[in-house]
Amino acid sequence: MIPAAFSYQRPATVDEALRAIAADPDAKVLAGGHSLLPLLKLRLARTDALIDIGRLPELKGLRYAADGSASMGALTTYAELIEATKLDFVREGLLQAADVQVRNRATVGGAVAHADPASDLPAMLIALDASIVLRSAIEERVVAATDFFQGPFETALRPDELVIEIRRPALPEGAGGAYMKLAQPASGYAMVGVCAIVARVAGRIEHARVALTGVSGAAYRATAVEEGLRGSDGSAEAIAGAAAEATVNRSVNSDIHADREYRTAMAEVYTRRAIEAALARAT
Amino acid sequence: MASQTIGAPLKRREDQRFITGKGRYLDDIKMSGMTYMAILRSPYAHAKIRSIDTSAAAAMPGVVAVFTGSQIPYNPLPMAWPAGGSAGLQNNVNTPRALATEDVKWTGEGVAAVVAETPEQAQDALDHIHVDWQPLPAVVDAEAATKEGAPQLHENAPNNVVFDWTVGDLEGTDAALADAETVIRQRLVNQRLIPNSIETRGDVGWYNPGTDEYTIWMSSQTPHIQRLLIAAFVMGIPEHKIRCISPDIGGAFGSRIYCYADFILVLHASKAIGGRPVKWVESRREGYHSTVHGRDHISYLEVGATKDGVVTGLKVKTYANLGGRLSTIGPGIPTTLYGRLLSGPYTIPNVHVEVIGVYTNTTFVDAYRGAGRPEATYVLERAMDLVADELGIDPVEVRRRNFLPPDSFPYTNPSGLFTASGGAEVAIDSGDYEPAMDKALAIAGYKDIAARKAEASKRGKLLGVGLSTYLEMCGVAPSKWIGAVGDGWGAAMWESANIRVHLTGKVVLTIGTQPQGQGHETTYSQILASELGLDVEDVIVQHSDTQGTPFGYGTYGSRSASVGGMAAVKAAEKIRAKAAAYAAHMLEASPDDIEVDGANYSVKGSPDKVKTFQEISFAIGLGFSLPDGMEPYLDETAYYDTPNCTWPFGTHIAIVEVDEATGEVDLVRFIAVDDCGNKINPMIVEGQIHGGLAQGIGQALWEGAVYDDQGQLLSGSMLDYALPKASRLPTFELDETVTPSPVNSLGVKGIGEAGTIGSTPAVVNAVVDALSGYGIRHLDMPLTSQRVWRAMQSVKGGLA
Repeated sequence: MIPAAFSYQRPATVDEALRAIAADPDAKVLAGGHSLLPLLKLRLARTDALIDIGRLPELKGLRYAADGSASMGALTTYAELIEATKLDFVREGLLQAADVQVRNRATVGGAVAHADPASDLPAMLIALDASIVLRSAIEERVVAATDFFQGPFETALRPDELVIEIRRPALPEGAGGAYMKLAQPASGYAMVGVCAIVARVAGRIEHARVALTGVSGAAYRATAVEEGLRGSDGSAEAIAGAAAEATVNRSVNSDIHADREYRTAMAEVYTRRAIEAALARAT
Repeated sequence: MASQTIGAPLKRREDQRFITGKGRYLDDIKMSGMTYMAILRSPYAHAKIRSIDTSAAAAMPGVVAVFTGSQIPYNPLPMAWPAGGSAGLQNNVNTPRALATEDVKWTGEGVAAVVAETPEQAQDALDHIHVDWQPLPAVVDAEAATKEGAPQLHENAPNNVVFDWTVGDLEGTDAALADAETVIRQRLVNQRLIPNSIETRGDVGWYNPGTDEYTIWMSSQTPHIQRLLIAAFVMGIPEHKIRCISPDIGGAFGSRIYCYADFILVLHASKAIGGRPVKWVESRREGYHSTVHGRDHISYLEVGATKDGVVTGLKVKTYANLGGRLSTIGPGIPTTLYGRLLSGPYTIPNVHVEVIGVYTNTTFVDAYRGAGRPEATYVLERAMDLVADELGIDPVEVRRRNFLPPDSFPYTNPSGLFTASGGAEVAIDSGDYEPAMDKALAIAGYKDIAARKAEASKRGKLLGVGLSTYLEMCGVAPSKWIGAVGDGWGAAMWESANIRVHLTGKVVLTIGTQPQGQGHETTYSQILASELGLDVEDVIVQHSDTQGTPFGYGTYGSRSASVGGMAAVKAAEKIRAKAAAYAAHMLEASPDDIEVDGANYSVKGSPDKVKTFQEISFAIGLGFSLPDGMEPYLDETAYYDTPNCTWPFGTHIAIVEVDEATGEVDLVRFIAVDDCGNKINPMIVEGQIHGGLAQGIGQALWEGAVYDDQGQLLSGSMLDYALPKASRLPTFELDETVTPSPVNSLGVKGIGEAGTIGSTPAVVNAVVDALSGYGIRHLDMPLTSQRVWRAMQSVKGGLA
C-alpha cells in the first residue's frame, strides 16, 4: 500500500489548475482521492504528477435556481449533496454509496471523471438529464450526462479539461423518482442500479427517464424502457413490459458476483421496482 | 469484592488502551537503525523459477540488501501435525522455504526480499527485481487435483495426495447403510475462507551481534511454539538464544498459529546486515495470498436412517484442500479436529470418515476459527435436515430422536472416533441438549412459524427457519491424546502459569496462552481474584514473551480458559497452601487449623487470630522469620494437562426471508442458545458469541475465496471478498443453559469458536427451508443472491 513516487502540486485557482493540466496531460487530477489514491497505493495506477484541486473554493457549493434547476460545483462531496439535495431519491441513493467516511471525502466531480461503471451517481445524473460542465485553458463546454459516460473509466473528458460543475434542469411537475440497487456484497458497488423518474399527466405517463448503472460498460439511459412507459397507464403489466427492455442492445457485464444472465434478469427486476417506486411518488 | 470475581460481567480492562489508540501493535514498534523489508511474491500459481536478477534492485536508492531463496541456508518450515493414525506419518511433506528456490506453488509465494532504509524504498526496489518464469499448468480444486491428468505439484505426492486418512468403523457403517430403511446421499462444499484480522501480520527481527542472540517480535498466537520451531527445526539456533515476543494483536482467528516464512526472513536479514532490526508488515492484499486460508472441503455424505428418523449410519468422504505446500498444522485440522467430530451430539452408532488431503496451486490452508469443527458440524446439521426432508419429519423432531440422552455422559462414540491410534481416548464430558433446543425454539416462536411463512408470502417473500444443534470440542487437549506418537502434533498441549506475589501483595500472573482480542487480561484476573481473595486491580496478567513467561502452547481451539485458566488455578492453589502454612507460623497455630476465607487466613475457632494475604506476602517476602525448610516468597509455577477436552453445545436458529424475484436472502432473526458451562465473564462470553456468529453467518451468506482455473485469486481484496458487515446482521438474540464441565474445577468449557461452528448450518438450513416449495434440498455456500436465484430458476425450467 505504498504508491510509486510522484510529484505533487496544489494550484490555488481553477485557471492555475487548468494551466498545470495543459502543461502535463499525463498528470492525474486529485479531488477527494477516494478512487485514485487506492489505485495508486496498490500500484494499479501510476502517475508521475498529481495535481491536487481538492481545495479550490471556486468548485464548491450547491446552487438552486427559482425555476427548480440546480447546479453544484465539482468538489461538492457526497455528504454535502446528501445534506442539501431536495430530491429524496438522490439522498436515498447516495446513502447507499460507500460509507460515511468515503462520502465525507468523495466528490461528485471526481466520481463522474473517474466513471466507475458501477458507480451510483452516473445513473442519477442521466435520469435527471443533467449536464457536466467541462473547462480547459482554452474553452468551456457542456456535455449531457447521457453522452459523457462512454465506457468503463472512459468519459468525454479530455486530458486538458477539468470537471467544473454539474447542472440539472427542473423536474417536470409532479414527478416522482427512485433509485434502487442490488449491491455487490463485498464492495457495495451496484451490480445493478436503476434510477427512474416519472411524471403523469391525466393518468398517463408523460415523462419517463430511466438509467442503469453497474450493468454495462458505462451507466446508460434505457430509452426503450422509457418509450415503453411513455403514454402508458402505469399498470403493473405496462411497467413489466417496459422493464423487460432494460438491457436491450446492451452488452451486459459478467463477473464472479453476477454473471450475464443473472445481471440481465436483475436489471429487469430492479428497473420494474424502481419505476413502481417512482410512480408511487409521482403526484 | 465478589462482584469482581468469577461470573462478574466486568468491562475488559484491555479495551481502554485498544479503543483509545494506545495499544502497542507490531507496526508501533520503533527501534533505532530500523530497516524495512518487502517481499516479492509470485504472480503465478504454478511456475518454475529459471533465474532471478536482483542487480538493478540492489542498486536502487536506500537498498541495504536483497535476498533470494538460494542465499538462505535453512531447512524448509516445519510441518508439525501429520494426519497420523491410519495415514501413518507422511513422507510426502512439502513445506515452504523462507523464499522459494526452484518453483512456486501458489500466487503469493515469496521469491525475493528487499531490505531498505524506508518501506517506500523497499517497495520501489521490488519493481526492479527480474524473475524469468516458466509458467506451468495449475489446479485449484482438491477433488480435481486427485484425478488422472491433473497437473502434478510435487514428485513425492502422486496425484497430489498428501494423505488418505480414515477413522471409524467401515464394516459396521457399510452394514448399517445397507440395512437402513432410507439412505440419503449429498455432495457438500465447505468453501475456502480468507481470515481477515483488522491488523495484518508483521514481524520485527533483530540479531544482537554482541550476544549472538536473536529477538523477534511477531504478531503470533504461539510465541513459545515459534521459538521452538524456528530454533530447532528451521534455523538450527539453540532455543535459548531466541526470544519471541507477541505485542498486542489485532485479531488472528487461527491464522497466526503457524510458523511463517517471514519469521525466518527478518531474523536472517538482521544478522546478514550486521544486526540492524528488520521490520516487515504485510499489506492487506499481500495477506490474502501469504497468510493461511481456512476450510475448503468437498464432502460426499451418505446417511442412513430408520423411517422414524433415527440415524443408523453416517459415512463421509472428504477432499481437504491443503494448498500448494503444507502449513504448520494443516493436516491435523481436517483429520483429528474434523473426522473425529462427525457424530456430534447424536447417538449415531456407526460412523466412518475418510479424508483425503490434497495439494493444489492455492494458498496453504490451516486452522481458521473453529478449525475442522465447523466443517463437521456443517455436514452433520445438513444431514439432519436432509433426513427430515426425506422422511417428512420436522427437523426438530429428528434431532430430538437422535440426541444423546443426558445420562449418557461421559460418552464415547462406539465407532472409535475419539480413540487415538495409541489408544488414548477423550469422551464427551457432559451435556443436556434438549433444554437448549427447546429454549431456542421458544424464543424463535417456532410453533407459530407456519403463520409467519404465510404472512411473508403475502409480501412476496419466502420465509425459512433453520436449526443447528451443534456440539463443539474445546480445551485442546490431553497431551497423551493429541500428541500420541504418529497420531498428533508430536507435542504436548498442557498449559502453564507462574504467579509472582510482590511484597505488597500485588500479583503478577504470567501465562503461556496468548490473547488476540479475547480479553484474557480481564478473565485471568477474575480467576485469580476469586482464587486468592484479591481485588482484580491487584492482579496483572502478562503473556506473550518467551523471556519471563513459562513455556505454553498458546491460544486457539477455545483452550485458554479450560487449560490456561486451570494452570492459573493450580498455581493459585499452591500459593494458598503456602500462605496458609506461613499464616500458621505467624499465628503460632497448626497448619491444619488455618481456615482460608478470601484473603483472610485465620485460626479455626478464633476468627480474631487472622492474617491477610497482604500481611503474609510481606512477611514471607522479607523472610526474616521462616519455618524450617520454607523458602521466602509465595511465587509458584504450575503446569496443567487437561484430562479430557470440554464439549460445549447449543442450538442456533436462523430465520430468513428470500426474495423470490432476485434470490436475495435477508437474515431477519438469529437466535443462539449456547451452553459453554460456567462463565468467568459473561460479557466477554457474549462478545465472543457475537463475533463468532458474524463469521459463521458470513460463510453461509457472503464469504468465499474464488480462484480461476489458472490459480489466480479473483477474490483477492475486500472489493471482491465479502466480509460480514454489521449493517447486514440482525440484533442477535442470545440465551444460555449452563451445564458445567466436570473436566475442570472451574466448570468451564470454552466459547471462542462456538458462534462460528453453530451458526453456519443454521443459516443454510433456513434458506433451504425457504426454498422447500421448489423441492430444493441442498445449496452450496455462500448463498449469494445469484446462487439462490439460479437454483429457483433451474427448478422453474426458466433457464438453460
